[in-house]
Amino acid sequence: MGEEVKLFRSWSSPFALRIVWALEIKGIEYEAVFEDLSNKSPLLLQYNPVHKKIPILVHNGRPIVESFVILEYIDETWKQAPLLPEDPYERAMARFWAKFCEDKVLISIWSAFIKQGKEQEEAMVAATENLKFLEKEMKGKKFFGGERIGYVDLTLGWLANLGSIFEEIVGLKIVDEEKFPLLYSWMQDFAEAPIIRDNWPPRDKMIVKFQALLDAAIASSSSSSSSSK
Amino acid sequence: MADEIILLDLWASMLGMRVRVALAEKGLKYEYREQDLRNKSPLLLEMNPVHKKIPVLIHNGKPICESLIIVQYIDEVWYNKSPLLPSDPYQRAQARFWADYTDKLNAKSLYELGRQLWLTKGEEQETAKKGFMECLKLLEGELGDKPYFGGENFGFLDVALVTFSCWFFAYESFGNFSVEAECPKLVAWSKRCMEKESVSSSLEDPLKIHGFVIMMRKELGAE
Repeated sequence: MGEEVKLFRSWSSPFALRIVWALEIKGIEYEAVFEDLSNKSPLLLQYNPVHKKIPILVHNGRPIVESFVILEYIDETWKQAPLLPEDPYERAMARFWAKFCEDKVLISIWSAFIKQGKEQEEAMVAATENLKFLEKEMKGKKFFGGERIGYVDLTLGWLANLGSIFEEIVGLKIVDEEKFPLLYSWMQDFAEAPIIRDNWPPRDKMIVKFQALLDAAIASSSSSSSSSK
Repeated sequence: MADEIILLDLWASMLGMRVRVALAEKGLKYEYREQDLRNKSPLLLEMNPVHKKIPVLIHNGKPICESLIIVQYIDEVWYNKSPLLPSDPYQRAQARFWADYTDKLNAKSLYELGRQLWLTKGEEQETAKKGFMECLKLLEGELGDKPYFGGENFGFLDVALVTFSCWFFAYESFGNFSVEAECPKLVAWSKRCMEKESVSSSLEDPLKIHGFVIMMRKELGAE
């Protein structure tokens, strides 16, 4: 008897990290199964046939996939340390901002990191516009969840770690302390919060990984744009 | 005190129709305000400053945006009538997963693929058609032999998907294919849903949608 909770993750995935944080914030015991995404296990493919991705939460043998779906499942199944607010309107707002962070903020910042030239400039403009909305949303709050870390914080949490890693690699200031003081201090507070700080992947490995991704992107974009080969 | 509910919407939008179905399922009275997206109203810009899109639900003066977020909100506030999400967390996760699947932005949502079906030609259109049908086939697999995606009862995922069905005729005309030939169970399901008052009163006439697409193609220079 007893709960069986497994989390399929990788060492670096920011999406899986959301689930690690959620489980640990709620004090849920779980077994981490680390996947090599270049060589996906049969179990991963069985549990997530549609997307073939991690994270996958397996609770008493039943899989749940997609980090937002998993977070809501965890919050509904284990009621301690709630991630989403109780009030339906506040919940709708949390879901709205989480979706905004994923669909707009993440995409624009990733593009600002991985693209070059004009495309990068455009991505930075978009990223800045998006961050302005978040800065406004942070007014009067320590975390997006208020006094405690919540659903939106976990969704955007990758920024508190990857933000400075991207900046180090490409020398681009993504979250300028002067332009976005509230967001900047949120990044520090979040990164150093208990549980959050204990789970960051090793920084040197992350730099190597993302530098390699950037190098590959540059190589493929210059070979596709060159015509005289 | 009575609830004041306003819906900012566009008649042809299958995303806006999701909200109309949800409101009808709950038996709620609301004020529908048609929006002109080429000339956005001050109210729309005030209520959805981030995306400037419809649908927007305004409940007692407070806005909620994003169709599936609105549907969940409606379900949570008016929880004692026609629940749309099941009560079991695992079933809820399944419904959310499949609804999310239709809306997945980076992997081309059903909405995106459908749009490319009527907007593009040649190879681009063929790719969109292929992606669109793959999506529908997967959904049909998920439906299986159940009367509704929600099982015995019409639920969240049914709301999320049924509104696309009034766009099928337009997609089929411009994409030159038949949804019924490839996904007969899905078409049967959509007809079953149309027997419900909340659905038939919220979805638009497929011929009118077809006319709307003709107009949009001209406007966007696809002709």
